[in-house]
Amino acid sequence: MSGGCAVGIICMKREQLIVSALDHGTVIDHIPCDRLFEVINLLHLEQMTSKVTIGFNLKSNKMGTKSIIKIADRFFTDEELNQLSVVAPNVSLSIIRDYEVVEKREVCLPDELRGIILCNNPKCISNNEPMRTLFHVTNKQQGIVRCHYCNHEQHIKEVKLV
Amino acid sequence: MNRSFVTIAEHSREKIEYLIRMAEEFERHPNRLLLQGRVVATLFFEPSTRTRLSFETAANRLGARVIGFADPKVTSGTKGETLKDTIMMVSNYADIIVMRHYLEGAARYASEIAPVPIVNAGDGANQHPSQTMLDLYTIYQTQGTLDHLNIYLVGDLKYGRTVHSLLMAMRHFNPTFHFIAPDELAMPQTYKDYCLQHGIRYVEHQDFDADVISGADILYMTRVQRERFTDLMEYEHVKDRYLLKLDMLSKARPNMRILHPLPRVNEIEYSIDDDPHAYYFQQARNGLFTREAIICDALGITLQQVQNDSSIIQ
Repeated sequence: MSGGCAVGIICMKREQLIVSALDHGTVIDHIPCDRLFEVINLLHLEQMTSKVTIGFNLKSNKMGTKSIIKIADRFFTDEELNQLSVVAPNVSLSIIRDYEVVEKREVCLPDELRGIILCNNPKCISNNEPMRTLFHVTNKQQGIVRCHYCNHEQHIKEVKLV
Repeated sequence: MNRSFVTIAEHSREKIEYLIRMAEEFERHPNRLLLQGRVVATLFFEPSTRTRLSFETAANRLGARVIGFADPKVTSGTKGETLKDTIMMVSNYADIIVMRHYLEGAARYASEIAPVPIVNAGDGANQHPSQTMLDLYTIYQTQGTLDHLNIYLVGDLKYGRTVHSLLMAMRHFNPTFHFIAPDELAMPQTYKDYCLQHGIRYVEHQDFDADVISGADILYMTRVQRERFTDLMEYEHVKDRYLLKLDMLSKARPNMRILHPLPRVNEIEYSIDDDPHAYYFQQARNGLFTREAIICDALGITLQQVQNDSSIIQ
């Protein structure tokens, strides 16, 4: 692990979860366990220098098991957080300042996804040129996106991340 | 402003009518020196002799000079050059690029990076907007209007991008579509949904006979290709059901015209060629006038300039 980065992985050894309280930062909760590492990649947490706590395979009344990420001293932009919706559409977010939850947010699909996902049409130009992909979200509820280039509509669950 | 012509789907009713009016001017006087001193590049990353000849004739008849390639084997793409590099290089030489590409979305991407306007001459299975424009022009020419028409689409409605583009472009004009196709090549659900979303009426027919055809203003035929079938027995079973024969025109409306994007194989009986309802060769000829309009519009030449043009060659 590099210099100032402190990443703690908490597993469920006992029935109780012990995660140190956050004084300043962002908590991303209710991440499906199979999507945790995609979320880590998407938010580039490996480049963080502040404290990051990751909980994996934790018990959840809502979901059975879940994952959670606590990131100290980092507040994400709407755009960054909306990108999250691609891999984990139902996560909940809490913004913490001075140990208090000052804001809770739902993540939703943005109108456009730039350079986040790949088109699943092999004959699309975006899979054959070194270029940034672009998708228009045509149905937020159902998670339908349309490739800006080849016009193919696809479900967000069926696409790969860049 | 990017004046590229990439898709018909984003054109308004006004824009379509504007291009039709411009094409009418070119039909009246196709030979001019309007583009004298300009260079038009035709880049065909996928061969299409018919479309290329039509675009190159349009450029030549307006006095432009034409550069380009007809065969992708001779280009640097085969050496691994990206589309972007080819487009940027040719943009140094030409005032406009007409391009055909086997990849979907290629023209859209080119239009975003090129400093000169791009005209899409077909991008894979995606779009072929100049074909749609000439179809619209032909429908307007034969019916005197684009509004409230009964348009019958026959044959391969699954893979035929011309019928899909036509369907989308007609959404401004309150049409009623009729779909006549074998089950394996039926109109995809996404386009039926498109019709519902845009208030386009459609009717599906099982039969293809004189009674069905009697309601048509436009009978748009397409080729049922053998290679589209996974089940060749099915192909043998249906192939003759979607052939248009002369006696099937006995109840046709006087204004009804038969269109076909060509090439035809056998889906329209050759004896129909001399029937007054047949219009596919004139339709192909209209490709010249509409492509003259498309090139001029992309270069920023207005309808008014075309109307006041003093460079007409009589």
